[in-house]
Amino acid sequence: MKIAVCVKRVPDTEARVKIGAGGKAVDEAGVKFVLNPYDEFAVEEALRRKEQAGTGEVVIVCLGPAAAQETIRTALAMGADRGVLLQADAIPADGFEVAKALAAELRPGGYDLILFGKMAVDDYNQQVGPMVAELLDLPCVTSIVHLDLTAGAGVAEREIEGGVEVVEFPLPAVLTAEKGLNEPRFPALKGIMAAKKKPLETKPVALGAGGVEVVALTTPAERTAGKIVGEGAAAVPELVRLLREEAKVI
Amino acid sequence: MAPRFQGVDFYDMDGLLMEEERAVRDTVRAWVDERVLPIIGDCYVAGRFPKELVPQMAELGLFGANLPEEYGCAGLGNVAYGLIMQELERGDSGVRSFASVQGGLVMYPVYAFGSDAQKRSWLPRMASGEVIGCFGLTEPDFGSNPAGLITTARETKDGWVLNGAKMWITNGSTAQVAIIWAKTGPPEDVASIRGFLVPTDTSGFSAKDQQGKLSLRASDTSELVLQDVHVPKDAVLPGSQGLKSPLLCLTQARYGIAWGAVGAAMACYDEAVHYAKARVMFGRPIGGFQLQQARLADMLTEITKAQLLCLQLGRLKDKGAATPQQVSLAKRNNVDMATDVARETRRLLGANGILAEYQAMRHLANLESVYTYEGTHDVHTLILGQEITGLSAFA
Repeated sequence: MKIAVCVKRVPDTEARVKIGAGGKAVDEAGVKFVLNPYDEFAVEEALRRKEQAGTGEVVIVCLGPAAAQETIRTALAMGADRGVLLQADAIPADGFEVAKALAAELRPGGYDLILFGKMAVDDYNQQVGPMVAELLDLPCVTSIVHLDLTAGAGVAEREIEGGVEVVEFPLPAVLTAEKGLNEPRFPALKGIMAAKKKPLETKPVALGAGGVEVVALTTPAERTAGKIVGEGAAAVPELVRLLREEAKVI
Repeated sequence: MAPRFQGVDFYDMDGLLMEEERAVRDTVRAWVDERVLPIIGDCYVAGRFPKELVPQMAELGLFGANLPEEYGCAGLGNVAYGLIMQELERGDSGVRSFASVQGGLVMYPVYAFGSDAQKRSWLPRMASGEVIGCFGLTEPDFGSNPAGLITTARETKDGWVLNGAKMWITNGSTAQVAIIWAKTGPPEDVASIRGFLVPTDTSGFSAKDQQGKLSLRASDTSELVLQDVHVPKDAVLPGSQGLKSPLLCLTQARYGIAWGAVGAAMACYDEAVHYAKARVMFGRPIGGFQLQQARLADMLTEITKAQLLCLQLGRLKDKGAATPQQVSLAKRNNVDMATDVARETRRLLGANGILAEYQAMRHLANLESVYTYEGTHDVHTLILGQEITGLSAFA
């Protein structure tokens, strides 16, 4: 089984990001970057499939700047076999441009399965996986929390409002991983050392600007101080009224 | 849930680390956040070493991580090894001690003084956690003066017979094998000290946990008794000879301790900063008061100095140029520094600082042991004094 996992280099979710001078992008100075957490589920799932099959190859594909080699090596340290960096200094806001570049790389690869995280935690777009599937004319199941594979086909489960949706699909297919699909392993020290020796190919890509432009970034408004409406049972009616009429949450 | 630890890095030390060193640090950091910190407070109060973490530590490759790959180890450089110790002790000194003993005091002597057969037989099983070891040098009456040890090994037709007692032995009751340092000659013959691999199920060997510890409570500390313990001829580590052999092991372990102390200090500082920003007294966060700011500024300054000291020591060690005296300076400075940081954090946290729910008092109590073990603070002072003046003040 040949599996591709598409990953992204994103700011650490705990990092305190600042908006850069132009007001349209995050200031990357001093920010720690990590493998997108949802992509970790995708990498882990790919590794488990390969381990179960006892044979196969897991290829990490990443579009990003030269520094994203480190992101790829994190996945190689977890156990993936090789990496491909589609090197672009700037990633356009339009996911379609990213999807086209990834699809061009993946199309001739002969992959049985192409995995993504359900979204990148920097832009929250959830676009690129389904777009790649569409460009490659492959079936796509998003936000999966469980996966069973048989020869040439698979069954995936998605959590939906009030239930679980079970989706059957033929292989090859594109799947995007939701939290809960598995528990990603820690890269072991031997894996980290081995990752240095695994093949990592860099290919420059030229991306179009696409049809989406970031006009401005702003930080959320500061939270205002809370309000104490009273004490004890006597305060409950007023609390309920405010929750309903002012906060509009019930 | 507490926010994930973001490190303490005021001087961009990350920029001085190689990518693989950061990767190693990050993987151990994440493991400590997820697996150690949620349970360690309870383990400490219960006086229990979290044995369930040992297979995970082995799987990550934390045991003997700076030893070569041919023995099943990770083959890391000394800075990466130090960063592992830093992150483990950020969890708890007991967890770091376990890894220090297994790697620096058990696997290292097998690697440095063992025969090929011993290395091939023991090291892979120790790296995988299948065999846990302990290091028996200190005796009830010989701590800072190990040259005086009175455990004996007498050669017989077919092996050796060991007699004596060891004390303050980390992992003593857990270990399947003990490295016992004993004199093969008369008590005054320090050059006759040799190391022996003694399986702990050998007849005449017993280990008993020491009770009533108010420090390192999440770690097993034992007393070993050897009464006519017969071991075969090949139990001796052939390359070990004289006191310098165990002292070389201690230099390895002390190097890791210098890094570990920084981890404990970072944990406390991080806790102090979060608390100072969140705790409101007199109508504003206590971090806004000058006295607390002075505490925090001192902590950050001392931690930063200690980090850079460790890093340079590690680079020297990679080149084979680090001296035992340089290791003494780092152990002495960093453990003392970390003890101060833990104490000041404990105080900044007010009454909350005495609770196991917070980390500071646990680290403070642990560091009082670390201050004393692996060469007391005072002994390292004398080692440096001798290095500076050329005059020994020991005896």
